[in-house]
Amino acid sequence: MEFDSEMLQQLGLKALFALLMVSAVMTMAGYSVLAERKVSAWMQGRVGPNRTVLPFVEHIPFIGPFLKGLGIFQPLADGLKFLFKEEIVPGHVNKVYYYMAPLVALVPALTTMTVLPFGEYFDEAGNSSPLILANLEVGILFIFAVSSLGVYGIVLAGWSSNSKYPFLGGIRSSAQMISYELAMGLSLLPIFLWVSVPGSEDSALSLVGIVNSQNDGAWLLIVQPVSALIFLVALFAETNRLPFDMPESETDLVGGFHTEYGSFKFGIFFVAEYAHIVVGSAIFTTIFLGGWHFLPWIADPWPATWIGTLLGIGWFLAKTVCLIFFFIWIRWTIPRFRYDQVMNLGWTKLLPLALVNLIVYVLLVTWLDQPPSVTP
Amino acid sequence: MSGPDLLFYFFATLSLGGGLLMVFSRHPVSAALFMIVSLVGVASLFVLLDAFFLAILQVLVYAGAVMVLFLFIIMLLDVGPSGAKASKVKLLSGVAGLISVGLLVVLLLDLGLGSMDCSECSAENCDACGESAAFAWPEIRDETAANGNSLIFSPSVKAFGFGLLAKYMLPLQVAGFLLLAAMVGVIILSKKSTAEGEG
Repeated sequence: MEFDSEMLQQLGLKALFALLMVSAVMTMAGYSVLAERKVSAWMQGRVGPNRTVLPFVEHIPFIGPFLKGLGIFQPLADGLKFLFKEEIVPGHVNKVYYYMAPLVALVPALTTMTVLPFGEYFDEAGNSSPLILANLEVGILFIFAVSSLGVYGIVLAGWSSNSKYPFLGGIRSSAQMISYELAMGLSLLPIFLWVSVPGSEDSALSLVGIVNSQNDGAWLLIVQPVSALIFLVALFAETNRLPFDMPESETDLVGGFHTEYGSFKFGIFFVAEYAHIVVGSAIFTTIFLGGWHFLPWIADPWPATWIGTLLGIGWFLAKTVCLIFFFIWIRWTIPRFRYDQVMNLGWTKLLPLALVNLIVYVLLVTWLDQPPSVTP
Repeated sequence: MSGPDLLFYFFATLSLGGGLLMVFSRHPVSAALFMIVSLVGVASLFVLLDAFFLAILQVLVYAGAVMVLFLFIIMLLDVGPSGAKASKVKLLSGVAGLISVGLLVVLLLDLGLGSMDCSECSAENCDACGESAAFAWPEIRDETAANGNSLIFSPSVKAFGFGLLAKYMLPLQVAGFLLLAAMVGVIILSKKSTAEGEG
């Protein structure tokens, strides 16, 4: 396999798609920040950001003031603010790891999306293929593996800051991530059992296989509600969202692991958190909410052409946005758990529940998969 | 030099360099991080061999779980560069070093012999070699794989599953039982010490 022109072309195309996907997720992350501020404002009877506007847009009648009121341009201003703030490095930090930590936090958040299917396209014969950067046979494991690397960013940030609050945040975060990863992995095992019916071509470890198994049938949320619940709770813990934001609980740890970070380095942590939420919501949509397929038991109403592709992607995005809203909604509804409560919930409630759930589905699947000759 | 070759040399350097730096770095946290680099390098080499499942397991288990625990413990105990020097058991490290060098020598000898075999093969009967490389393995069928005799080498998850849960079921169970025993032992030991501490 030499580097010939065809391969270069392929590489260029892949790079272009990857860039498009990264920019899409980053845009969604930026606008999730805005959504967070707006939703929290509405929930608390405030208005939220409503003053930022580009100079020329302001003068468009009706649309200009409307967009201004929505705060559409706020993420732009926020990003520029992070970029132009003075870069301060405290004197007591371990410089190499201090600079490395934000990158280590962001890269896994952006890498998981490579195996995330978000739609399907149809060729002239009507056969569908998934829209995905890399269609890995073991996609879901890839996501687990890469997202488990994300904890290093937080741990390194906490440790390299050489100060008490970040350190506590880092330690708490690693303990929390280890605890909830187990429950998260266990909650998905029944899904694999359920999806990989004997004789089916789809490997249940592939996200595409999981999505297609939900086409014109029940969503896995309906088939496996307990798995969905455990996965969702663990997802909140893994993305460090309230009520699980142990690493940065601002009331007892100032800012947690990013106390010593400012300007753009803090911005990277911030974006990484929201990118985690976006990708996490998309993963939940893929596994439990049928991905780009229409409602449960209803076949896709759109035609198998490029229109169907676009509508499918739109439907997928709509589900993802609803889940992002759910994340925000929970954050402004439930107060933070105490650290011991978090550990207690993870080890003594979620983990046994996931085990019981697994055993129940093992028995159920064994019973359902009995060869016809055995059952009278 | 072709693309995959370049990638191979890059990731091989990464894993070997990470391993060397791990041994020689004085701070335990740096050592742990270099070990992660090395593990990820090895995982990338697995990817180059099309063994995606193995690569992902390598990252998931070692880089993602074991090393996080290592870092957690290092940070919790706050082991600094001085802590790394504390081990004064010279004899033990000497013996361990000798054993490692011996293993390395054996490995190198074996590799040398192995590569000689391969070169002979490619020189004399390269038709056979090419044929075996191009030969497409048949799909694993459930009924034939149940006894594990017809297992063939394949990087797919199914092959791993059939291998572990059909052919190597007993070793798997024994290993699991050993780990369980170790876990129970650790729990009993740690329980005892806390009870004494309280009393």
